[in-house]
Amino acid sequence: MQKKFIIQRFWPEKDKIPYWQIYEIDCQEDWTVLDALEAIRAFDPTLTYRRVCRHGVCGSCAMNINGFNSLACETRIASLPKNIKIRPLPGFPIIRDLVVDLERLYQNYTVIKPYLITSSPPEKEYIQSLEERHLLDGLYECLLCGACTSACPTFWVNENFLGPGIFLQACRFILDSRDKGFNLRKEILRKSDIWRCHGILNCVEACPKGLNPFQAIMHLRKILLFGGKR
Amino acid sequence: MNKHQHEILIIGAGIAGLSAALEACYGGEVAVISKVFPIRSHSVAAQGGTAAALGNMEEDHWEWHFYDTVKGSDFLGDQDAQAIFCYDAIKMAYYLEHLGVPFSRNENGKILQRYFGGHYSQFGQGPPVRRACVAADRIGQAMLHTLFGECLRRQIKFYNEFLVTHLLFHKDGCCGCIAWDLVKGEIHIFHAKLILLATGGYARLFQFSTNSAINTGDGLGMVLNAGLPLEDLEFIQFHPTGLYPWGFLMSEAVRGEGGYLLNQAGERFMERYAPAKMELAPRDVVARAIQMEIELSGNPYVYLDLRHLSEDFIQERLPQVKEMAFKFAGINIKKELIPVAPAAHYTMGGIPVNIDGEVLADGKKEAMPGLFAAGECACISIHGANRLGTNSTMECAVFGHRAGKKMASLVKKTNYLPLPKEQISLALEEINHLFVQPPKVSIAELRQQLQVSMMQNCGILRDQSRLKKQLIIIQDLKEVYKKIGLKGIPRTFNLAFEEVWELRNMLNIAEAVVISALAREESRGAHYRVDFPKRDDKNWLKHTLIWKKEDKLTLDYKPVVITQFPPSERFF
Repeated sequence: MQKKFIIQRFWPEKDKIPYWQIYEIDCQEDWTVLDALEAIRAFDPTLTYRRVCRHGVCGSCAMNINGFNSLACETRIASLPKNIKIRPLPGFPIIRDLVVDLERLYQNYTVIKPYLITSSPPEKEYIQSLEERHLLDGLYECLLCGACTSACPTFWVNENFLGPGIFLQACRFILDSRDKGFNLRKEILRKSDIWRCHGILNCVEACPKGLNPFQAIMHLRKILLFGGKR
Repeated sequence: MNKHQHEILIIGAGIAGLSAALEACYGGEVAVISKVFPIRSHSVAAQGGTAAALGNMEEDHWEWHFYDTVKGSDFLGDQDAQAIFCYDAIKMAYYLEHLGVPFSRNENGKILQRYFGGHYSQFGQGPPVRRACVAADRIGQAMLHTLFGECLRRQIKFYNEFLVTHLLFHKDGCCGCIAWDLVKGEIHIFHAKLILLATGGYARLFQFSTNSAINTGDGLGMVLNAGLPLEDLEFIQFHPTGLYPWGFLMSEAVRGEGGYLLNQAGERFMERYAPAKMELAPRDVVARAIQMEIELSGNPYVYLDLRHLSEDFIQERLPQVKEMAFKFAGINIKKELIPVAPAAHYTMGGIPVNIDGEVLADGKKEAMPGLFAAGECACISIHGANRLGTNSTMECAVFGHRAGKKMASLVKKTNYLPLPKEQISLALEEINHLFVQPPKVSIAELRQQLQVSMMQNCGILRDQSRLKKQLIIIQDLKEVYKKIGLKGIPRTFNLAFEEVWELRNMLNIAEAVVISALAREESRGAHYRVDFPKRDDKNWLKHTLIWKKEDKLTLDYKPVVITQFPPSERFF
């Protein structure tokens, strides 16, 4: 299967602006975009990107493929047209080629205190009902790959906006029945520009794990407006 | 040149490294160096569960877990370490739950536990017991993210995307390391009192593998180069069910929750190999059975069958498996069979350590001051010749924790040893040489030759002639490696540099693996010799040690610690 890869290259130390490089390669039917990138790099080792697990669980290889933020390792070549255009995740500074600097995402993650706030734990486990545990489904699965955040124009232009993925993580901790940091977490959210989200749902479209950051943002807003956890 | 000084340095940020950091920080100042951003570490890929005899579903005891671990290890595990492990696992599961791991729950709101291969009651005599603590089928991600969050709370210093290239030794002990900042392409020198290696395993030596691209045994490579021993390298676990043709992990939980294995004729062939335990026999037994079926039929895979389970049940318990089968193979697991074949999954061997994680300079008793290891890169040995499913994530937590505690207790009594200038300049020369030499050889091609040949000649079924052949192949590949160069490739985020360095480690370890496997003329656990198909306790109930002496690999052996359960034949 012949495919044409149009890949954005950029080395800030040398190049003034990014440029496109074209690779035409023969792909196997069952390849993913990551397989194709590896095949390209076998003959052009100057091309660079991040990859670790190869099967959609580590969140390293998020990039923009034909306009959609996706994980390269789980995007099948067969589902794409002949021309495949790959750019780094938009909205983050480029380090080189398809590698971006996610520092802002990671910094924002620490802002929401991504850990349980508790006092004295029981001797055995905390008792958490099935219903309480179900509240975490659709939240704890986030890999922090950056795909949703990178698709969010509010994140691009508003320096204080934490980003959809980070709000989803905030929601994961606020809804955990074991957490006792509710008031502190509310304070953090109040200062977070959460109201700047315009609900354009780019984040929902982008999430490779099918999670819904917008729903999490709405949930957090409800909490801020009306109090109560659920 | 960038220089840093930290009291305690942890290399690797998977479950073992982060667990150690969280304890070590009570005793001194800690920094963690990781080749990738911590939550990308391979621990994230663990699926089925983590072992602890909590007894949340039915009666269970740590002693039963202990027996299963001993038997699972084909009696090659050290029973002192195995007992500590099974006992501590219970406390550790609660500790992790208190930190916030989103475990699934049972009807009573306690941690949900499920069946897994090799987990039985009544010292192997009773029915299976649910011992694997579950977070759907994402236990690794749940644990890793939680531990990382806790490290952020404790404000532990991280050097992310730094590849450690050399360990530095003073005559009195380990005193630092050299690391390459992948993002900027710069060299950093780290000076430390105590160093812990938590760098993971080496299952990427094989073409068909469940492992992340980064599992290249970097820590083992450095230890071997430093002239320190490695232990039991020949024991490499092949997970029975890697998704064909990629090798992606299809969790053992699939069988734990009731999935069947079928051959091309639609027969539940495990009836013939392990009539009592069927699909839930330990991994070495199931992987070998599948390999035999594959060789008999000539078809490169068998099938996992989940069609008899309900849609809701699959969504609740195995959502990730369902997603992966669909995304990669286009398979609806409710309606279709999943093609699977054994894939290199876990490496039981590693850096010999004692129960507190101290690296053993002679492989037996004498600790190397300043150097520790934990997790898959270490060999304590609790897995012996074969690891039980769910014991690895728990091992990382339990022994990472113990090593961290030990370092915390030692750090204030330990002084900084002077850095060895000569070692540093030699190391820098080695790195710079790569950037001077033009790129004549394809890194990817060389790596593939290694991985394909290891799969063929040192895989599930081994024999003398194939192993000997492999040794020659590796020596040839090492010659080719010398021609690798990186001239003209930008230093900024130079992925090629990382790969070259990984390949260097892989070639060294592969040679040691093959030599260890060639010497062991018996079949035990994951090491199966077609030419010596029986276990031989008289001659081989001992651990292999291998190290580099004057550039040659030399073997030695040490006895297995047996405290409670003498070796008996394994029936499943």
